[in-house]
Amino acid sequence: MKRCLVVDDSRVIRKVARRILEDMRFEIEEAADGLEALQACRRHMPDAILLDWTMPVMSGIDFLRQLRQEPGGDKPTVIFCTTENDVAKIAEALKAGADEYMMKPFDGDILHSKFAEAGLL
Amino acid sequence: MLNDAEVALIAREVKTRSGAVLTREMGGAIELRLMPLARREGFASVHELIGAARIRADQALWTAITDHLALSDTRFFRDRQLFEKLRTDLLPDALARRGHERIRVWSAACSTGQEPYSIAMLIEELRQQGLNPAADIVGSDFSERLLVKARAGLYTQFEVQRGLPIRKLIAHFEKAGDLWRISDRLRAAVAFAPHNLLKHPGALGQFDIILLCHVLSNFDPETRAAVVLRVADALAPGGAILLGEDETLPEACEGLACEGGVVTRKDSARAAA
Repeated sequence: MKRCLVVDDSRVIRKVARRILEDMRFEIEEAADGLEALQACRRHMPDAILLDWTMPVMSGIDFLRQLRQEPGGDKPTVIFCTTENDVAKIAEALKAGADEYMMKPFDGDILHSKFAEAGLL
Repeated sequence: MLNDAEVALIAREVKTRSGAVLTREMGGAIELRLMPLARREGFASVHELIGAARIRADQALWTAITDHLALSDTRFFRDRQLFEKLRTDLLPDALARRGHERIRVWSAACSTGQEPYSIAMLIEELRQQGLNPAADIVGSDFSERLLVKARAGLYTQFEVQRGLPIRKLIAHFEKAGDLWRISDRLRAAVAFAPHNLLKHPGALGQFDIILLCHVLSNFDPETRAAVVLRVADALAPGGAILLGEDETLPEACEGLACEGGVVTRKDSARAAA
């Protein structure tokens, strides 16, 4: 079973994502900000990371840049999941090492589609 | 709430015009989909709309009702394997077969345009890989309402996130307020035309590749075979019809062979062998 770290400061979003991803047979771990996510990755690098952009303590983009410098940090497939929908922001995320990008609001169909496009299914 | 007789009447009129099969169980969904049309036409209910369609001599309301019941369930790059087959085999083969001539590709039930625009993106990518693909892409649907949206090339955030990888989104689209607009280059690459699959496609010309995906299930078995045979008449020599994932060639399609969702003429398969 593949492991996915869901990183979002909204408990509701984490819960919604968890439900959908568990149906897609992922094992889920949660983090409420970038720093928590970094600590979780240092303990156990996941296969996939669903990542919010704007969060307290450490943003998603700062987390991603640090993650890609960590040992084994090139391994997880990172999918942004954010309200940021400007082309410049999307390009910035891809440059920082994101594999896919989805814009909120989302539903199960979009999440499934994005995970498929990222080669996770 | 529509009664059984009204649903049966709608089903009969729609089948005559588009071939689509509607069942009594769809009554609730039919009413929901026709409500905006009823309001637009100044009726208080779908029941009133149907009553007026019955007595109007010009059939315009039945045409509008059929149009509003046209399915628009589509997405970019629907059926990944099919598009992979197009990218690696079918498009390069057709280009090689045609030499310096333009190849012709037809998306035969294109709904709101995602399928022909996906083909245009593939061809654009082949160009970036150093090939020099010259292609005419035609998208057709019987629904003028769906074609208006297809021609506009404007999609919601939900629509561009279904099937479209993010790198393709930022390469081929730009933001237009809350919507995403496909590039002028891709919009110019696709010609949209109204066409009813119950009619012969002769006027559209001949095609090297025809996508006939996720539309046959709307018809009854007899109509399915007739549609495939009519569409096959538009195949250029060596051409192929592509069916959607899990779709098969209907029975009674003599002269055609299907392997892995790719339908070819038996005589051209023999010629190739």
